[in-house]
Amino acid sequence: MFCVRRCIRPTLQQLAKARGISSSCIDPNIGLTTDQIEYRDAALNFAKTELAPYMQIWDLSEEFPIETIKKSAELGFGGLFVSPDYGGLSLPRHDGSVIFEALSQGCVTTASYITIHNMVNAMIDTFGTEDQRAKYCSELSTMEKLASYCLTEPGSGSDAAALVTRATTDGSKYIVNGSKAFISGAGVTDLLVVMLRTGGKGPKGVSALIIDTATPGISYGQKEKKIGWNNQPTCVVNFDDVEVPCENLLGAEGQGFNLAMHGLNGGRINIASCSLGAAQQCLEDVLHYTNDRKAFNQPLNANQHVQFKLAEMATELTTARLIVRQAAKSLDSKEPNAVALCAMCKLYATERLFKVCDDALQLHGGYGYLKSYPVQQFWRDSRVHRILEGTSEVMHMLVARDLLKHL
Amino acid sequence: MSGLRVLVGVKRVIDYAVKIRVRPDSLGVVTDGVKHSMNPFDENAIEEAVRMKQKKIVKEIIVASCGPPQAQETIRTALAMGADRGIHVEVPAGTDANLQPLGVAKIFAALVEQEKPDLVILGKQAIDDDANQTTQLLAGILDWPQGTMASVVSAGDGALTITREIDGGLEDISVSLPAVISADLRLNEPRYATLPNIMKAKKKKIAKMDPASLGVDITPRLKILNVVDPPVRQAGDKVPDVSTLMEKLKEKGHL
Repeated sequence: MFCVRRCIRPTLQQLAKARGISSSCIDPNIGLTTDQIEYRDAALNFAKTELAPYMQIWDLSEEFPIETIKKSAELGFGGLFVSPDYGGLSLPRHDGSVIFEALSQGCVTTASYITIHNMVNAMIDTFGTEDQRAKYCSELSTMEKLASYCLTEPGSGSDAAALVTRATTDGSKYIVNGSKAFISGAGVTDLLVVMLRTGGKGPKGVSALIIDTATPGISYGQKEKKIGWNNQPTCVVNFDDVEVPCENLLGAEGQGFNLAMHGLNGGRINIASCSLGAAQQCLEDVLHYTNDRKAFNQPLNANQHVQFKLAEMATELTTARLIVRQAAKSLDSKEPNAVALCAMCKLYATERLFKVCDDALQLHGGYGYLKSYPVQQFWRDSRVHRILEGTSEVMHMLVARDLLKHL
Repeated sequence: MSGLRVLVGVKRVIDYAVKIRVRPDSLGVVTDGVKHSMNPFDENAIEEAVRMKQKKIVKEIIVASCGPPQAQETIRTALAMGADRGIHVEVPAGTDANLQPLGVAKIFAALVEQEKPDLVILGKQAIDDDANQTTQLLAGILDWPQGTMASVVSAGDGALTITREIDGGLEDISVSLPAVISADLRLNEPRYATLPNIMKAKKKKIAKMDPASLGVDITPRLKILNVVDPPVRQAGDKVPDVSTLMEKLKEKGHL
């Protein structure tokens, strides 16, 4: 209990000191329309009230805040990109980025889970049959059901097309055998979209199935102990002769890999947006800290080195925001360079903004290392953004591929 | 009681979390480029009206705001919370600091004349001037009963029962309609403006007018002479005994 109280106090202090950053060079409202500013305000309000005061508590207890996540659906955060026919808002990816960035200022982990849920919902809405959309999307939009995305396996991550989980069929149903690893939300979520092998080797042999987690034969490994994203369970999911009806095939047989990659384009913008929120909050916090903390008879921010470091951090943040939003706009207009831009934006934002969080931690001195200050949690939580939904190395591959394609 | 029409007033103020800076000319605070939002007590006012509408006591909520062009954002937030339509009484940007409670009360009296609501709900005070006057002035101009600092509002037969938060504790009063109420913080927990409601609110109408067209003269009656920061807290003094304490207190003019 003592630990919990100590955690709350600095967070409340940060809330009380929120300064007006409107019109400053790191204002996330730069370039936004009035509508987008309203969406951001709604998301930020939710983040500051429902997420920020609890993020450190949830991190320590490793509790998955299901009630709060479902509450976010009341604000429309369950189906941002899904058709209004199925409870969604049909928002462009650009608006989604603005919203996820704001949510991440409250809690990166919770916001990231909401992005994953949205990614799965959008995949079913985009590639599903009318029946599938009617059956699954409405429930996902209200978050009556929660979803997980299953691509990575114990033996294949970056080399996703090498997956071995297999679905055999006798015409009446699929039988799934194999394992998926590092699955966010596993053990708690109700619905999985699983990429598995129905055909031969390589990407063309991969299909996607919608699988209800209540189906017999599904079991979970132990909840992994991670250095961050702690209030989101991550487990291995095992499939042991799991029977899945044929009508749960998402898209066509052999289309699964394309579907998965399509989902990830949006997913990369979302994860990059979560890094934006983390860096924004860290920078706002450290601007206050370096103003208040005194050393050698003056506030830290009277030192030119500190000022220059803050200026570098601010420049990285605003620059990263520009490329993330541009990638979102390109994806919305279905530009041919959208895939490469999504890769670029994730590469740039997750790598550079992790360093911003790291610099913010350093500027906090000893206090940066204490769990009672939020900066370390933003640092730990955003570290994984350089790895999941496509490592930075894979992002390099995608950008290079685009460059060479145009020679 | 049902089918009431309610007029709710909202004000765009500097956001409560912002660090306030006094202007170099000491005649006000810096508002340029500073985050603004709806006055927190006005959120309670809108929320109460929306709850009454959900209970079918109220059938229409009109939200009105007096202010610069950006006041439209505040009206939109109210529409997203559940108001049906808006009225923006616009004053030129930069002159809104001259809008004082008497002027606003006169504007609202003119709106009441125009819209003929059964009930007006305002926030008890704005967090920028902390005046707590508009409700009382408006009730006086209209010669309507007032229920200020309301922390509970219940609808009875032809009258509202209001619990007021006063210095001595709580006071219950019965108020016949039409009336003016001011909302206190503990009246309710304002709802979030949800994304679907924000999108729906875009279709709701906001009528624009100016004080002159309502026949109201908003020339300020009060002149601000000086605005300064509160004095910096001084360190205290430790004294060895009571007689020294009495001496010091007399010295400083506290006794």
